[in-house]
Amino acid sequence: MASSVLEFKKVNKWFGDLHVLDDIELTIKKGEIVVICGPSGSGKSTLIRCINQLETHASGEIYVLGTEMTDDARVLQSVRSRVGMVFQNFNLFPHLTILENLTLGPTWVKGASSDEVKEMALGNLRRVQIEEQANKYPGQLSGGQQQRVAIARSLCMNPEILLFDEPTSALDPEMVKEVLDVMVDLAKEGITMLVVTHEMGFAREVADRVIFMDEGKIIEQSTPELFFTNPSSDRSKKFLEQIL
Amino acid sequence: MSELILRLHEKLPQWKSVTWAKKNLFNSIFNTILTISIGLLVLNILSSVVSWFFLDATFQGDAKLCRESGGACWAFIFEKSRYIIFGHYPTALVWRPALFIFGVISLFGASFKREFWGKRLFWSWILWLTFSILLLDGRLLGLTHVETTKWGGLPLTLLISFIGIGCSYPFGIILAVARQSNLIVLKTLSVLFIELIRGVPLISILFMASVLFPIFLPDGFTIDKLFRAQVAIILFSGAYMAEVIRGGLQAIPRGQVEAAKSIGLTNSQTLRLVVLPQALRIVIPPTVSTFIGMFKDTSLLVIIALFDLMFTTKSSLSDSEWLGFAREAYIFTAMIYFVCCFSMSRLSKKIEESMPSDGKKGKGVSYGF
Repeated sequence: MASSVLEFKKVNKWFGDLHVLDDIELTIKKGEIVVICGPSGSGKSTLIRCINQLETHASGEIYVLGTEMTDDARVLQSVRSRVGMVFQNFNLFPHLTILENLTLGPTWVKGASSDEVKEMALGNLRRVQIEEQANKYPGQLSGGQQQRVAIARSLCMNPEILLFDEPTSALDPEMVKEVLDVMVDLAKEGITMLVVTHEMGFAREVADRVIFMDEGKIIEQSTPELFFTNPSSDRSKKFLEQIL
Repeated sequence: MSELILRLHEKLPQWKSVTWAKKNLFNSIFNTILTISIGLLVLNILSSVVSWFFLDATFQGDAKLCRESGGACWAFIFEKSRYIIFGHYPTALVWRPALFIFGVISLFGASFKREFWGKRLFWSWILWLTFSILLLDGRLLGLTHVETTKWGGLPLTLLISFIGIGCSYPFGIILAVARQSNLIVLKTLSVLFIELIRGVPLISILFMASVLFPIFLPDGFTIDKLFRAQVAIILFSGAYMAEVIRGGLQAIPRGQVEAAKSIGLTNSQTLRLVVLPQALRIVIPPTVSTFIGMFKDTSLLVIIALFDLMFTTKSSLSDSEWLGFAREAYIFTAMIYFVCCFSMSRLSKKIEESMPSDGKKGKGVSYGF
């Protein structure tokens, strides 16, 4: 029985009157690939942003890698350095080269030596097949390339969990595949992944579990086969009809 | 025939301008008259300017000769340039401010070369400015002591403004960051300071520093007037810098901060490594405007009896032998100011051009007009 790396206990959050997270209970095991889907405004992005506390929760407990998330800056920082995140808009640092984007974290957070860091960064760029762009600036790359760099950047911290917040939503259609391919490779390497996405092909191919959210609640969780062939709630049926 | 003209068009650019003139300047009787009369007027003004500046000008001789010639009296500038540039600094020791100016010009020149950019140049500037204070003062270097009340002219203007720039920039960054802070006390203090300083003219701050401040000091305890004025200028332009930099801070998307935090950077690392480098870059143009403004504002030091460049220019006019050459003196001083400010603006352009552009937004955008 694999140990849990992530646990939500009765987590609630409000944006004003809007109840974005409604009594969330969730446990993720080590090495699990979980896809979170649902209509926009359902709270799925907020859910994964609560994991590394880019959003704070109002009540309940969140345990990440055995540590409870509080507002203690030290705790947050140490957990964040072990949890990678990939954003919808890439959020690369435009004033740094691709290589510098990758080495920034390891250099300043882990204090690793520069040769070692550079070697590892190049290795991760190779992993996302973009090594030849190392000395360019983010603005000179296509969206798909930028997102692959963003993935490599989070890999440089050797994360135990990787969070993806709609990683392909801001991409031109022809670039979606190159990013998904990288994510599929990662999934096969056994890293724990939480992916908020509408890419149901990805979910079908690699996910261990699909979570469907609506109006701040987890409506349904099951294996991809079950979810796509026989969704248990009306809302998930309707959602699947709309996007498939 | 028309084919010939067409071919001439391609070959000879002057043909293009002839047809352009025909089409735009001489296309009706009214426009022809207008063109000719404006042309004559411009020619007239230009010729009198040229003859005043050069043809009728006196380059050597005394005031009497100057008055007879009717042109510019550059002899006056040659006579007074030492005083205008160095003020009351003892004549025998003028090599000291001259050395200071020479060093500043060299460092400024070096700052234009990309290969020199780095820590070494930065420290050279700081060391040179510090050394210059000791040099102008003299005591610590075992030289004759020259009191700050005797410092004047261009060296004073350069010293005050460069130290002012060097100190108000980091001060402005601290203020701007404090103003964005979550800590209410810090934020309030910063807002209060900025609004207070910006709500008062520089002259009144200088007056306070020179007249009001000493009253509060215990008896027998004095702080040099030049130093007080320097602090006043740093506080003043620091408040303006803070608002310029705040504009840059606000332009940085939230995603940048989130990305920095998500890889585990601390708040101060996020600020130092991700936010500030981008924010300061965005606001280079208004930053330089503030610096240039400050450089020119040093001329207000006159009112608290510090003899900056503008003051020495003015008092050079009161020599009874050389009365009536204000135009020449002010043109001379204006040129010095222009050279200084223009070089600053060129340097900032150079710095801006060296920044990586992100390919999408940026300097090359044309709006079609």
